[in-house]
Amino acid sequence: MQSAAIEIEGLTKDYPVGFWHQTKRRALDQLSLQVETGDVLGFLGPNGAGKSTTIKLLMGIIFPTAGSARILGQPISDVRMHRYIGYLPEQPYFYDYLTAPELLDYFGRFFPLTAARRHDRIEHLLKKVGLDSVRKIQLRKYSKGMLQRVGLAQAILHEPQVVILDEPMSGLDPLGRREVRDIILELKREGRTVLFSTHILSDAEMLCDRVAVVVGGKLRGVGSPEQIVSMKPQGMEILFEWRGVGALTPAFAAQTTQTGNRYRVEVAQEELYAALDQLRIAGAQVLSVAQLKPTLEDFFMGLVGKEYATASAVEVLAK
Amino acid sequence: MIRLVGVIAHNTFREAVRDRILYNLVFFALLMIAAAILVGQISIGIDSLVIVSLGLSAISLIGLLMAMFIGVGLVYKEIDKRTLYALLSKPVRRGEFLVGKFAGLVLTLTVNTALMTLGLAAALLFVKRSFALSDSYILVAVYFILLKLALVTALALLFSCFSTPLLSILFTVGIYITGLFANDIRTFSSITGSRALDTFAVTLSYLLPNFNNFNAIASAAHGRAIPRALIVQNTMYAAVYIAVVLLAATVTFSRRNLK
Amino acid sequence: MRTSGKNIAVLFLLVVLGFAALYSLQKQIDPQLRTLHQERDELIFQSGRLVRTLSLEYQALLADIYWTRVVQYYGEKQNTHDRNLELLEPLLNLTTELDPQLIVAYRFGGTFLSEPPPRGAGRPDLGAKLLRRGIAQNPDEWRLWGDLGFLYYLDLKDYPRASEAFLEGSKNRKAREWLKILAAKVAEEGQSRRVSQFLWQQVLDSTADPTIRKNAVRHLQSLKAEEDIEQLERIASEFRHAFGHFPASYAELIGARMLAARPVDPAGFPYVLEPEGKFRLNPASPISADAQPAAAVK
Repeated sequence: MQSAAIEIEGLTKDYPVGFWHQTKRRALDQLSLQVETGDVLGFLGPNGAGKSTTIKLLMGIIFPTAGSARILGQPISDVRMHRYIGYLPEQPYFYDYLTAPELLDYFGRFFPLTAARRHDRIEHLLKKVGLDSVRKIQLRKYSKGMLQRVGLAQAILHEPQVVILDEPMSGLDPLGRREVRDIILELKREGRTVLFSTHILSDAEMLCDRVAVVVGGKLRGVGSPEQIVSMKPQGMEILFEWRGVGALTPAFAAQTTQTGNRYRVEVAQEELYAALDQLRIAGAQVLSVAQLKPTLEDFFMGLVGKEYATASAVEVLAK
Repeated sequence: MIRLVGVIAHNTFREAVRDRILYNLVFFALLMIAAAILVGQISIGIDSLVIVSLGLSAISLIGLLMAMFIGVGLVYKEIDKRTLYALLSKPVRRGEFLVGKFAGLVLTLTVNTALMTLGLAAALLFVKRSFALSDSYILVAVYFILLKLALVTALALLFSCFSTPLLSILFTVGIYITGLFANDIRTFSSITGSRALDTFAVTLSYLLPNFNNFNAIASAAHGRAIPRALIVQNTMYAAVYIAVVLLAATVTFSRRNLK
Repeated sequence: MRTSGKNIAVLFLLVVLGFAALYSLQKQIDPQLRTLHQERDELIFQSGRLVRTLSLEYQALLADIYWTRVVQYYGEKQNTHDRNLELLEPLLNLTTELDPQLIVAYRFGGTFLSEPPPRGAGRPDLGAKLLRRGIAQNPDEWRLWGDLGFLYYLDLKDYPRASEAFLEGSKNRKAREWLKILAAKVAEEGQSRRVSQFLWQQVLDSTADPTIRKNAVRHLQSLKAEEDIEQLERIASEFRHAFGHFPASYAELIGARMLAARPVDPAGFPYVLEPEGKFRLNPASPISADAQPAAAVK
């Protein structure tokens, strides 16, 4: 494996504020990050944390105040390397009067694909993102979720080595999210590098080799989801049905919570078998036993909570 | 590079057509029909003159409105609706995008103008029953109108690279009108009496796009020949001015942070 | 996409080169446009009704613009000594159709149209038509009747109509008294120097407009000169009656006590004495013989 697919060094972005632009708001502060070739990196953070700013800087939509970044070894100011990059903007929107195949054909023409190859890719992707049945409808009639699918298709149309997706799951129903997850996993299997931003943690947990957490324009942590969240399990959770045939010890009963006939109880890992014995004696029917561990969400909420407590997520600097 | 410009131009043209831009032709057709029928009643003896003047003036005016109103939206709409984000993630420079947009609108205007010219020719044929050689000067006048429209489009594009559509329209209309007075500004310099003011007026008159150069409507209406040299010079004038304007637009737009 | 200093220099150079090219092109285009637009007397819309429809609610403004164009057109023709004023009437018609209350357009327009070349289009018939339309639109404007009377009197030499016009104008209660007097005098005498003098004197007294006043003074001076010359020629013929020959010099006339001094015209230039007892204006005098032939004097 050669150099990292994406290398970000000290990337900083200030936005001017106010009519005379006399003050500046720092949206991104000294962000440094590397994404190894073939990795899937989840870019995590609350709304307004600087995720989109970073991605727009990488795509040359806005220009950095300081710092630099390279993708596949090329500086981001060189648009020619866009041949090897796919990008899905946040809440994508496309030309009203085109249909999905027309849009994909238009975008496909920017890449050195033969007409036949372009056609094949478009047909393949329309089926893959589930838009084959609406191919004759103009994009202005598309729902948000459908636009998201078109956006995904145009991002991977030219089989890019690096795929950058800004909030790829937003606006999608559960089925759609699952399809996007499958596509990302497929990209990973094909050895492509994927960077995607999200504020939905379960997505990141499920898909990412590594996650980067950004809050208030600053990078707060990078690592595998497991590294970020301590793997030490915090206990076991048992779900069971109980119709009052036998009796539960009062101490055990005090720990359970009841919903209809169903009960839930949390016990320490060492006490699992004792608890299960009790349930067997009481004639309860065990529905599930699961390990309780801290989620990215816990980690995330911890960070964000601290941040909100000390200062707001934005910093205002005098010029 | 030229290929990418062509791809963007084609899409711009397709969008304009699907946006029912060409519906204005219906209006023009009605105007020509009305003129052809009524012309005998309002101006005796100069039927074809009125038809040609009216037709060319309408072609010019409709074209100007389109060039300005669509021109200032070309870039703004793509930014506002965020369609530009996905486009800029393709291997395309911002300058190529601008030139492509420009070429697409000029293509739209050319097709539109060509269709209107056909309408004018039909009205003229209806009134005169035949064409004369001098009617070919109408085509030269139409060509001059197109050069003018291309220049106006470039200016509208430039302004929309750093301004809102409303302001861009004001700027474009303003520069168009002052451009019409470029010659007068030059003669004005001889009566100010102040040397500094004279120099300023003369300099300004040569910096402004001189839209008088492209006015051949009257000559065409009267069937007066337009010198061949003027056609070449006007073409070059428009080409150089457009190149300068698009260069300025590219420099401006390439440095701009999209929101 | 930051632009480096070198790039900026290159761009600046390109823009300068571009404008240099444009300058030289414009220099070549200018003379061609001049020849192309030389004979450019055209009016796209000759129908006032059409222009009025097209002008939406800006008719008054457009009328003012057209009126400015009339004045420019007229002035330019005067400057270039071009006597072709064929567009004057359609322009005036358009102006007054757009704004029928634009009195100045009728009054000056009538004069521009009816004055003989080179001062006007020499079409008093069209001038009269314009004024009559003005009167129909503005019945309260008695001055238009006055102008119409002048036109009939001076340019068309139609004295019954002139008298009629003055009389119609005098019926307006705002009208000046002299209008009635003129009506009577013209009816009685037709064209006479006395009527003409009266007429121009009224014009002079009734206006503050410097152009009109200058014109009236010019006419009055020229009428006075005419009168002087007649008087002098009468004296010369009396001299001949007494001495058997025409006077050869002013000294002879003064010596015979028929003149007190060398007579001068209203501008102060001495009249030139010619053989056969004729007199004429000094060539250096700014006064010219009136356009109205003195032969018509009764």
